[in-house]
Amino acid sequence: MEFLFAIMIGTLYGCSLYLLLRRSIVKLAIGLILLGNGANLLIFSAGGLVRGRPPLVPEDATSVPVPYADPLPQALILTAIVISFGVLVFAVALIYRTYRALATDDLDDLTATDRLGEVPEAAHQPVVPVGVSAPNPQDGR
Amino acid sequence: MGLLVTLPLLLSLAFSLTLFAVRRRRTASHVLAIIGASALLASAIALLFVVAREGLQVVALGKWPAPYGIVLVADLFSAAMVLVCALVSWATIVYATAWIDPERERTGFYPLVFALLLGVNGAFLTGDLFNLYVWFEVMLMASFVLLVLGAERGQVEGGIKYVSLNLLASAFFLSATGILYGISGTLNFADLSRVLSGTDPRILDLVAVLFGIAFGIKAGVFPLFFWLPASYHTPPVPVSALFAGLLTKVGVYALVRVFTLLFVHNPGWTHTLLLGCAALTMLTGVFGALAQHDVRRILSFHIVSQIGYMIFGLALLTPLGLASSVFYLIHHIVVKTNLFLIGGLIERAFGTGSLDRLGGIFRERAWLGLLFLIPAFSLAGIPPLSGFTAKLLVIRAGLATHSYLATAIAVVVGLFTLLSMLKIWNEAFWKAPPEGGHADTASVQYNARLVLPTIVLAAVTLYLGIAGEMLLGLSMKAAEQLLDPAGYRAAVLGTVNPVAIAGG
Repeated sequence: MEFLFAIMIGTLYGCSLYLLLRRSIVKLAIGLILLGNGANLLIFSAGGLVRGRPPLVPEDATSVPVPYADPLPQALILTAIVISFGVLVFAVALIYRTYRALATDDLDDLTATDRLGEVPEAAHQPVVPVGVSAPNPQDGR
Repeated sequence: MGLLVTLPLLLSLAFSLTLFAVRRRRTASHVLAIIGASALLASAIALLFVVAREGLQVVALGKWPAPYGIVLVADLFSAAMVLVCALVSWATIVYATAWIDPERERTGFYPLVFALLLGVNGAFLTGDLFNLYVWFEVMLMASFVLLVLGAERGQVEGGIKYVSLNLLASAFFLSATGILYGISGTLNFADLSRVLSGTDPRILDLVAVLFGIAFGIKAGVFPLFFWLPASYHTPPVPVSALFAGLLTKVGVYALVRVFTLLFVHNPGWTHTLLLGCAALTMLTGVFGALAQHDVRRILSFHIVSQIGYMIFGLALLTPLGLASSVFYLIHHIVVKTNLFLIGGLIERAFGTGSLDRLGGIFRERAWLGLLFLIPAFSLAGIPPLSGFTAKLLVIRAGLATHSYLATAIAVVVGLFTLLSMLKIWNEAFWKAPPEGGHADTASVQYNARLVLPTIVLAAVTLYLGIAGEMLLGLSMKAAEQLLDPAGYRAAVLGTVNPVAIAGG
């Protein structure tokens, strides 16, 4: 089972790195999603995969019989999933804003903030006339 | 005493929520934000006093004892970081009340700043690895929104770079945490440092490098710094100043924490790698700055370069080296925030931060020039300012461990930093105003809330330089604590001091 997980996690990491290296912003986002999922599965399997042994103390014992399924990695993953979901929603909104502002999906066109010399006036123009409806950072937890 | 450790977090959270509730009322927001920042500063001072007098402060949240529950730990290093962070955020918030436009305030500028401070303070105070990840995410989420708040073109573009690279760093952090948990079965720093000494050093090398990459991206270490100069100059000045002062330093703090407490099994590999990165960080940062022609961009590249000095001290892993890192961090946070704020003063009066379109500021506003010179000279390491002591410590620590090449680089980079500061001085303050001059700049009056914070920070820089003995003593003691993992373990695992605080 661990072997299958290892293969799958490796595949996820590989695919995500490949996508991160592409020039499309959308593929970048998909790459980040896959990377997050790979990391979550890594935590899950790094704790050791145990089947059918819940971490419950039997009535006639004082401690959990080993081996038992470690509940902590699952709690960690749950937290990580919630966080990465919040962050990704923000990232997708940002990508949409960027697309609206620059009308491009190509990362190589995003050079305005790296170019030497003067900051173009356009850099200080709002993308849309109203301010961002900012998500509350507390939502990310 | 347990309350003092949690107070910076509780205050940040409480003010973040309150300010969100009143975000549509301008005056109330301003008053509350300044009160909140002052309260944070007061609690941080109290925390540092208690830690200096009574040693490590440990709080087990929800009364769960150490290896099982989450602990907050305040040693001298983290308490000092909380204090200096509270100081610069106080300055930035006062400055922001006179700078930020009503539109951004209505969308929640101040609640976001306090959410950012919540994440930063949490990262400084936590004693648990996964909890550190959560605080990092709180801080990142707030910083993402602050960075693009207002949605100017440059901001969303810088935002894409900042967000994607930081998400990558988070994924690395998470993977490394997972592997470390798989090896050790614990996430508590003190417990980890106990367990890890008996594990296979080859796996530890791998995990150490993963953490190095994760925190290296956040700290802006060569070759992982590219997001920083691409994004830091795009948001409004107070946001830039806050980011410049705090965010990368949290990365450095995390590096110092894990590479003194957890990964000291094979310094010949991990810390030599850090030393190489530090030297290259110093060099690339300072050369990048030389090529730039915009005040805030020059300063952004100098952040990268100065990060190198802090990592240099850490890489040496000697008491003097770590003391120099702590000293440098504290000095740098104050100086860099101040430089960004003063750069903002220039932009406000002259409408641009581009050196090509500036000139003759010294003739029009001599005091602004003098105000700029204090942090600029301090950054370059001119006595008697704080940067001189900081650089001297780094160089002495380097010579003491015979790392001559890296030390030579540190000296040369100091010279180039001075060159870069003189470039700003010559172009913006000294040379004749460009063709056409500045239209009606003399009529621009600064609000006192813009000037006061820069004067306060400049005074702190002067004080830390002239009376550096105190900070030096503090840094030496903090370094001693950092190099004594056994003391840390005893404080956290031995005598847990449970305080009833719900949640965690």
